Amino acid sequence: MTTLRVNGQTHDLQLDPRTTLVDTLREHLGLTGTKKSCDRGECGACTVHIEGRRVLACMTLAVMADGKRITTVEGLARPDGTLHPVQTAFIEHDAFQCGYCTPGQIMSAVACIEEGHATSDDEIREFMSGNICRCAVYAQINAAVRAAAASSVLHATV
Amino acid sequence: MQPFSYYRATQVGDALAVMQREPRAQLIAGGTELVNWLKEGIASPPVLVDINSLPDLDAIEANAAELSIGALARMNDVAAHPEVRRNYPAIAEALHNSASPQLRNMASMGGNLLQRTRCPYFRADVELACNKRRPGSGCAALDGYDRTAAIFGWSEHCVATHPSDVAVAFAALDAAVHVRGLGGVERAIPMTDFYTLPGETPERDTVLQRDELIVRIGVPQSPIARRSRYLKVRERTSYEFALVSVAAGVQLDAGGRITDVRIALGGVAHLPWRLATAERALPGTHLSDATALRAAIEDDFAAARPRRQNGFKIELVERAVVRTLQLAGGNA
Repeated sequence: MTTLRVNGQTHDLQLDPRTTLVDTLREHLGLTGTKKSCDRGECGACTVHIEGRRVLACMTLAVMADGKRITTVEGLARPDGTLHPVQTAFIEHDAFQCGYCTPGQIMSAVACIEEGHATSDDEIREFMSGNICRCAVYAQINAAVRAAAASSVLHATV
Repeated sequence: MQPFSYYRATQVGDALAVMQREPRAQLIAGGTELVNWLKEGIASPPVLVDINSLPDLDAIEANAAELSIGALARMNDVAAHPEVRRNYPAIAEALHNSASPQLRNMASMGGNLLQRTRCPYFRADVELACNKRRPGSGCAALDGYDRTAAIFGWSEHCVATHPSDVAVAFAALDAAVHVRGLGGVERAIPMTDFYTLPGETPERDTVLQRDELIVRIGVPQSPIARRSRYLKVRERTSYEFALVSVAAGVQLDAGGRITDVRIALGGVAHLPWRLATAERALPGTHLSDATALRAAIEDDFAAARPRRQNGFKIELVERAVVRTLQLAGGNA
C-alpha cells in the first residue's frame, strides 16, 4: 500500500511499483492538471512539488513518494477559488499559447520565486530552463514570473 | 518497463545484502537516470532497492580539513551550501550548471557520479550497436555521429564521454569517493582512479564493486580549492551537457605567477581527464600571459586522438583551460 498526500488529501493506493507519479496523479487520482509530455525528464511539463521542492513526476516512481506531501497545480488556488498570484500573473501576461506546458511552468515558477531565483531576467531564464515551451512564449513567461516575484504577497502553497 | 519488486532499505547492510543475493538488482536514489533506463528497456532489474531511507547519508559538512558530501545529498543542496560556495567554487559552479532545477532537486551526489558514460547511440529509440548497452554488440559511433565523442583514451569498443560536471571538479580538487562494502569496511578511492577507460571492457564505468555503496565524497580544503572555477562550454546556455568543460584551481605568488595548479577536463574522455604534465609545467608562468599558459599545456594534447567530427575540441578546450585558469586566479 502506498500513501500519497496530494493537495492536503490522503490517498491509500495499491500500485504496481512501475507506476510513475505522473500516471498515478492522472490515471488513479483524476488530477489531470499535471501534464505528461516527454515522459523522459526533459521537458518539465509534469513538474510538481514534493515536500515543497519542485521535481519531475515522470521521473518519480509513486512508491518512492510514499508518505510525502505533494502539491500539484490543482492545489495552488485557495479553497474559495482565488488563484495563486503566479496563476494570475500568467493570465495577465498572456504567458501561454497552447497551454500544455503551463501547469509545469506555473509549478516551476512558484518554486523559482520561493527559492529566491527570480531577481533578474537572466536568473529567471536560467532557473526556468527546465521547462520547455514548444510555442516559445518564453518572453511572456519571463514577464509573468518577474511580476509575480515582485508582487508583495505570495500566499503559502498547500 | 519490465516488472520488478521494490524494496526500501533502511540500513546500508540490508541494501548490499540484496545486491549480493540478487546479481541483477539495482540501487535507486534520485532515479533521474535509472527511471529512464527502466522505461527504455536499457535496464531491467528484477529488484529495485530504494536507498533514500538510509540514515545519515545526506549530510554536507565542512571543517578546516575537508568538505564531506553525503552520497544522498541532492545536487541543489550542495550547490547552494555556503561553505561549498565560499571554499569550493568549482564544485558549486559545476553543480549549478548541471541538468535543470527540478533534476538537481532530485538527483543524489552518489548517483551523479554513477551516471552511465554514454553517447547518443546508447539510448537510441530503436536499439543500435552499443557495447555499453549490450556488451559485444559493437559501436555505432565509430562510423556515425562522433561530434560529442572522446578525444582522449577511447578504444575501438567505445568513444563515449562521462556526462558528470561535478566529477570533473572533484577530479581537479583531489576528491576521494568513500565506499562501504558488505562487511561494513570502508575504502577511499581517489576520484582520479574511480572511473575506468573503455579498453576491452567498455561496459564497465567505474571500479566500484557490486557489494559496495558510495557513502560520501571527501574534498580536501586547500588554497587551490578556494581559488577554483568550472567553465562549461555547450551548444546552448542552459540545460545541456558539456561539449568540453574545465575545472581548475590555482595558487599564485605575490607577483601573480602560478605556484601550484590543478586542471581536469570534461567532455573529452570516458572519465575526467587530468592535465598532469601541464600541472608540472605551469608553475612560474604569469597568469596574465595567455600565450605562455597555452604553451605550458600543449604537451598533454600530444596524446589527443580526435575523431572525424570532433577535432575542434582540442582548440576549444585548450582555450577554455587558459580562460579557466585566468578566471580562477582573478585575471579574467
